[in-house]
Amino acid sequence: MGKRKIRVLIAKPGLDGHDRGAKVIARALRDGGMEVIYTGIRQTPEQIVATAIQEGVDVVGLSCLSGAHNQLFPQVVKLLRKQGVDDVLVIGGGIIPYDDIPALKKAGIAAVFQPGTPTEEIITFINERLGDHH
Amino acid sequence: MKGKFDVEKEYGRWQETALKKALERSPERRKSFQTTSNIDLKPVYTPLDIEGLDYLKELGFPGEYPFTRGVRPTMYRGRFWTMRQYAGFATAEETNQRYHYLLKQGQTGLSVAFDLPTQIGYDSDHPLCTGEVGKCGVAIDSLADMEILFEKIPLDKVSTSMTINATAAILLAMYCAVAEEQGVPLDHLRGTVQNDILKEYTARGTYIYPPKESMRIITDIFSYSKDHLPQWNTISISGYHIREAGSSAVQEVAFTLANGIAYVEAAIAAGLDVDSFAGRLSFFFGVHNNFVEEIAKFRAARRMWARIMRERFGAKQPTSWMLRFHTQTAGCTLTAQQPDNNVVRVAFQALAAVLGGTQSLHTNSRDEAFALPSEESVTIALRTQQIIAHESGVGDTIDPLAGSYAIEALTDKIENKAFEYINKIDEMGGGIKAIESGFMQGEIADSAYRYQREIEHKERIVVGLNEFTAEETPFTDILKISPQVERYQKEKLDKVRAQRDPQKVKDALEKLKQAAQGTDNLMPPILEAVKRYATLGEIADVLREIYGEYKEHTIIT
Repeated sequence: MGKRKIRVLIAKPGLDGHDRGAKVIARALRDGGMEVIYTGIRQTPEQIVATAIQEGVDVVGLSCLSGAHNQLFPQVVKLLRKQGVDDVLVIGGGIIPYDDIPALKKAGIAAVFQPGTPTEEIITFINERLGDHH
Repeated sequence: MKGKFDVEKEYGRWQETALKKALERSPERRKSFQTTSNIDLKPVYTPLDIEGLDYLKELGFPGEYPFTRGVRPTMYRGRFWTMRQYAGFATAEETNQRYHYLLKQGQTGLSVAFDLPTQIGYDSDHPLCTGEVGKCGVAIDSLADMEILFEKIPLDKVSTSMTINATAAILLAMYCAVAEEQGVPLDHLRGTVQNDILKEYTARGTYIYPPKESMRIITDIFSYSKDHLPQWNTISISGYHIREAGSSAVQEVAFTLANGIAYVEAAIAAGLDVDSFAGRLSFFFGVHNNFVEEIAKFRAARRMWARIMRERFGAKQPTSWMLRFHTQTAGCTLTAQQPDNNVVRVAFQALAAVLGGTQSLHTNSRDEAFALPSEESVTIALRTQQIIAHESGVGDTIDPLAGSYAIEALTDKIENKAFEYINKIDEMGGGIKAIESGFMQGEIADSAYRYQREIEHKERIVVGLNEFTAEETPFTDILKISPQVERYQKEKLDKVRAQRDPQKVKDALEKLKQAAQGTDNLMPPILEAVKRYATLGEIADVLREIYGEYKEHTIIT
C-alpha cells in the first residue's frame, strides 16, 4: 500500500516492424504488476522521449531487431538527458550482438536482453533497480 | 465391414489391457499432448482415424486436384525444390558479391533482402533512416543501385524473389529496367515480388499506404504482369511472418488463405478474370519445430486453396487451383544460446518442408539470433538443403508420408480448424475487416504470449535455453555492417540526383501523379520514372501525397 506502480514505456525506435517481443514483454510486465504503455512501431527517439516525459514513466524499454540499435538506443538516452531526465531506467532488447553491448551500456543503456531472456528476469531486474523508490 | 469392426474391437481391447496396464505402471510424460495449434494428439492413430477418407477426393494424385500430394506430377523426381537463400546487406556492391558466391556454391535462385528504408519508401538520406541504411538488407535508392545489385547476373537464367511489399511496384519496375538494359525480354523473367501488404498490417510492419489504396497498387501489378510478365509470381501471400509473430500452425494457414481470398476478391472487383491472374499467385510459409504438424499443415493448405479457388471462385484452370509455395525455416526457433544447435533445428524443419512438398526453400543460419548470417554460416545452411536433396532420399518418391494415419488425420484436422477461422473472418466481412478490427493481430499476440509462458513454465522445452543449459563463451564471429555504408549510400544518391535530367524526372513523376489520381495502371508511369532515375523515395512520396499513410492501432490485450 502506498506504493505507486512502476510505469514502463515499451518503445520501438526506428523502422523495424518486428513487434512480437515488444508486445510479449509489455504484457508480461503488466502481468508482473507494472503499468505499461506501448508506443507501437516506427517511433523516432524524439517521439519516444516526448512520450516518456509526458507519461512520467520510470522505465523505457527499447526493442529493435533491425540492427539500428547502436544509433537509436544511445540517442534516446541522450535526448532524455538533454531534457534533464536522468532518473529513468533505459533498457533494451532485440537482435543485438554481444560485441555491441559494452558500448550500449556505456551510453547509458542499463541492460541489454538478448533473445531467449525469460520475462521474469526482466521483471526482477526492473524491480531491483527501482525497488526502493516505489 | 468386418475389417473395421475388428480394428475397433481390438483397439478397445488394447486400451483396456496393454495400454491401461502400462499407464498404471508409469503414467505418460504429460497429461495431454498437443500441437502448437492446441490439437490434442492421440496416443496412436489407427485406420479408424481415416475411416471416411475418400482417396480420390481428398488426396488424388500429384499434379492433380486437390493437390494434397503435391502440385507437380513428378515433384522432386523431376527436379529438386529451388534452393533460395534470402540475402542482402549493406550496399548493392557487397550484396552482388554474396549472390555470386551463393550461385557458385550451387544455390539455384536468388532472394533479395532489402533494408527497411527501401521497404518503407524512404531514400537513404531521409531523417527517419538514421542507423537503418543497409542493416537488415541491401539499400536501393534508385535504378543505379539495382544495376549494381544484378551486375553480371543474367536475369534470363536466374529466378529472383524479392521481399518487397509497400514498394513492390517500384522495385519490380527497377528489375524490369535492368532486364531491358541486359537485353532480356520481360516475358523471360522469372521470379516473385512478395507484394503482400495485408500481412504487413498484422505481422511485419512495412506498410505505407492504407489498405484500400495498397490493394489498388497490388491489383495494378497483377494486371500489368499478366500482360507483360507471364512467368512472374505477382504476389507471395505470406504466412511466414504471421507465424513468426507468434501464431499457431492453424492460424498461419487460416490467416494466409483469408488474405489470399481478399486479394482474389480485390482483383475480381478490379475487373480481372480469375483465371487470368490466379495461376501467378504464390505462397510463403514458415516451417516450425513440430514435425508431424508442419507436414500436415502444408498438405492441408494445398487442399484448402484448391477447394477455395475451384468452389468459391469458380476458377477453371488447374493452375489457378495450385498452391505453390516457398518455405523458410522458422527464425523465431533459433536460439542465441548454444547457437550451433540451430544447425540441427534447421535441418529437421527443412526436412518437414520437403516432406510437405515445398517449391523453394530458405534454411536459416545458426547465427541469426545475433545478426545477419556470416558467409560460413550461410554455407552450412545451404549445405543442409543439399544433403536433404542428394543424400536423404526423401525426394525419390512423392509425398512419402501420405496414408500415415496420423498425417492424414492431422491434415484433416488442420483443414477443418483453419476453415472455421476463415468462416469467422468471412462473417466479419473478410480479411481486410479482420485486420482493421485488430482480430488477427489479437489472435496472433495471444498465441505468442502463450508460447512464451509455456517456455518459461517449462511446459515447452527448448534445448539450451530452458533445459540442458551450459556456460558458454559469447558467439561473436558474426557479420558486421560498417557504419560507412550509410555515408557511402548517401554519396551515391547525391551523384545520381546530380547526373540525371531533372525535367524528365519531374515530368515522369507528374505522369505518375495523374495515374494515381485516376484509374490508369500505375506500373507504366512507375517504370518510366525509374528509368529517368527518379529515386525510390520520390516515387513513394508521390503516392503518399495522394493516398496518405496508414497508422496502426496498437492494443495490448
